[in-house]
Amino acid sequence: MSVAAPTKVTPPARVITTKPRVSDQIFRAIVTAFSFSALVILSLIALFLLLKGFNTFKEQGFGFITNFEWSVTQDAAGKDVTHFGLQAMLIGTVVISFVALVIAVPLSVLTALFLTFYAPERVKKILVTIVDLMAAFPSILYGLWGFFVLMPMAVYWAKLLYKWLGWIYIFDVPDPVFSRSPFIAGIVLSVMIIPIITSVSREVFSQTPLDRVQAAYALGATKWGMIRAVVLPFGAGGVVGGSMLGLGRAFGETVAVFSVLNIVFRTNFHILFTQGGNVASMIIQKWGEAGKSEISALMAAGLVLFGLTLIVNFLANAVVNRTVKSGR
Amino acid sequence: MSTTSVKPIRPWAPSVTDRAMTALSVFLAALTSVVIVATTPMKGKIAYFFLFFIAWFVIDSIFIVRKMGAKGIRDGLAAKVTLFGAVIVSMAVFSILWATISRGVKGLNLAFVTENMRNASMFDPIGKGGILHAILGTLMLIAIAIIISVPMGILTALYLTEIKGRAAGLIQFLVQAMSGVPSVVAGLFIYAAIILNTPLRSSAFLGGLALTILMVPTVTRTAQEVLNLVPRDLREAGLAMGATQWKTVALVVVPAARSGLITATILGVARIAGETAPLLFTVGVFDSYNFNPFKGDQGTIPTVVWRGLLGGTPESVQRAWSAILVLLVVVLTMFVLARSLGSRQPKK
Repeated sequence: MSVAAPTKVTPPARVITTKPRVSDQIFRAIVTAFSFSALVILSLIALFLLLKGFNTFKEQGFGFITNFEWSVTQDAAGKDVTHFGLQAMLIGTVVISFVALVIAVPLSVLTALFLTFYAPERVKKILVTIVDLMAAFPSILYGLWGFFVLMPMAVYWAKLLYKWLGWIYIFDVPDPVFSRSPFIAGIVLSVMIIPIITSVSREVFSQTPLDRVQAAYALGATKWGMIRAVVLPFGAGGVVGGSMLGLGRAFGETVAVFSVLNIVFRTNFHILFTQGGNVASMIIQKWGEAGKSEISALMAAGLVLFGLTLIVNFLANAVVNRTVKSGR
Repeated sequence: MSTTSVKPIRPWAPSVTDRAMTALSVFLAALTSVVIVATTPMKGKIAYFFLFFIAWFVIDSIFIVRKMGAKGIRDGLAAKVTLFGAVIVSMAVFSILWATISRGVKGLNLAFVTENMRNASMFDPIGKGGILHAILGTLMLIAIAIIISVPMGILTALYLTEIKGRAAGLIQFLVQAMSGVPSVVAGLFIYAAIILNTPLRSSAFLGGLALTILMVPTVTRTAQEVLNLVPRDLREAGLAMGATQWKTVALVVVPAARSGLITATILGVARIAGETAPLLFTVGVFDSYNFNPFKGDQGTIPTVVWRGLLGGTPESVQRAWSAILVLLVVVLTMFVLARSLGSRQPKK
């Protein structure tokens, strides 16, 4: 009896491949499909607002952007005559957003610098919480606060500004009525966008390369010298980007602006005067009593607002990307 | 043998003299501002505030010049101006918090959070009716928005951080663009797309859809940030152990970032909890309970505040403040929750 010699079994050569397994393919397909939701949603928004607002664009043409009359009247035959023009509201939007930026950007940058370089650890923790808290406040709270708490104070500030700087065109007023002005709406908006700008700036400032910071100190710079020579050039892109993100938020703010602003369809650059506008809050104002043609016009206004904020965001990203690259 | 303990020295810490100097300059500055306000026509809180900072700068500069020479002046100015900015920002926040609490508390009572407004109007005396229906409505909206937008946001973030496909640049750009969509446009869109085209009418579900548009970008961007913080080593270790990418993501990357992902969700909720404008188009207003998310108007806290504000009478404004206080408590609770969850370490 002899035992058969064991035969030598060589396993088949392992196939080495970069092709993902089936499970991975499914995983990737699902994730990729979901990732396009942003694209789908944005295109749907543009599509439906265009569809529903199309009549207005057709009837009003380019005048929808350049006219500043908004009225539905009936002619002798009882037919609706519509005039829809956004110009006053568009200019109003830019005016109050500009006021908001002028106030918010310096305060935010200072706060971010203080948080990153000056604040003791304990103060820093509290202040970071405060700023995050601000971002979590609902916009209607800003509206309430702006109307009942800020307005009485801001009217006083507006009077001071008018008294001392009234000779400058924008601080002049045709009548001494200072409440519900673009100035006050701008202050409310500035408080709303400060957390955005502060957190973006703080993030960029805190990413300043440590070797450059220490190099500046080693060369004998004071703290401020270091900030000016290293941090600000490095962080400029972040500040600009954060400001434009804030601008986007300011463009689209509805409820808070509606609460504190006297919306009037007239172009007004006197920021202290009780007259202004904002596309978003105008939509809310006109919605309640809107007939069919007016709803179409409001959809069109929504589309314009949507396009405007998309452009601002696009510019913000372009600016940030370019400055970040040049900083390296 | 005696051991000598060496006391660590900290040459950068401010000495007693420095602290005394700081205290002295602050005191002198406060004194100066009071004196100037008392003797000149400049009056009011703003005058105190600005004069204090100016006086503080001038007085402190003298100390600084003695210590560091002239180049310290700018340094000292920068330190004070940044503090100045931070103080103004904090004052705004405290003003908002104080106004909400002090005014909101007056209208709070048991009925306010346990009853609805079916038998009461905004203009009735305080104590009649409550906003429980609105609290439940807001919670329902938040739940709907979470169910839809959290998977969407986290999967998008996974695409951007794990798969990094060809479209990653485009998706990143679109998500950033989407975070800028104004809330009123989100409401208009749902109205234009669904209410004008289908038999569906305003309901909590449509409101949840509108809020989803606002919540997805916040969730995505925060989730992307925390996923990027997961060390590459972990992913490589997972793959080196023979796991597929799917297993690596599901068993290593996502658990490692779990607390951050919860924070992302809560930040998203905080973003949408108080949104008012979209609700006016999609949810409507209602004064009683409605437990059907797909049919019928729904009461929500923001719309209660909105009506209270527009109502204009002392009672309705009081209701608005109390309702916003309730909303703020909800939002802040979530905020604290996000923090405490975010700081907890994942289990081994």
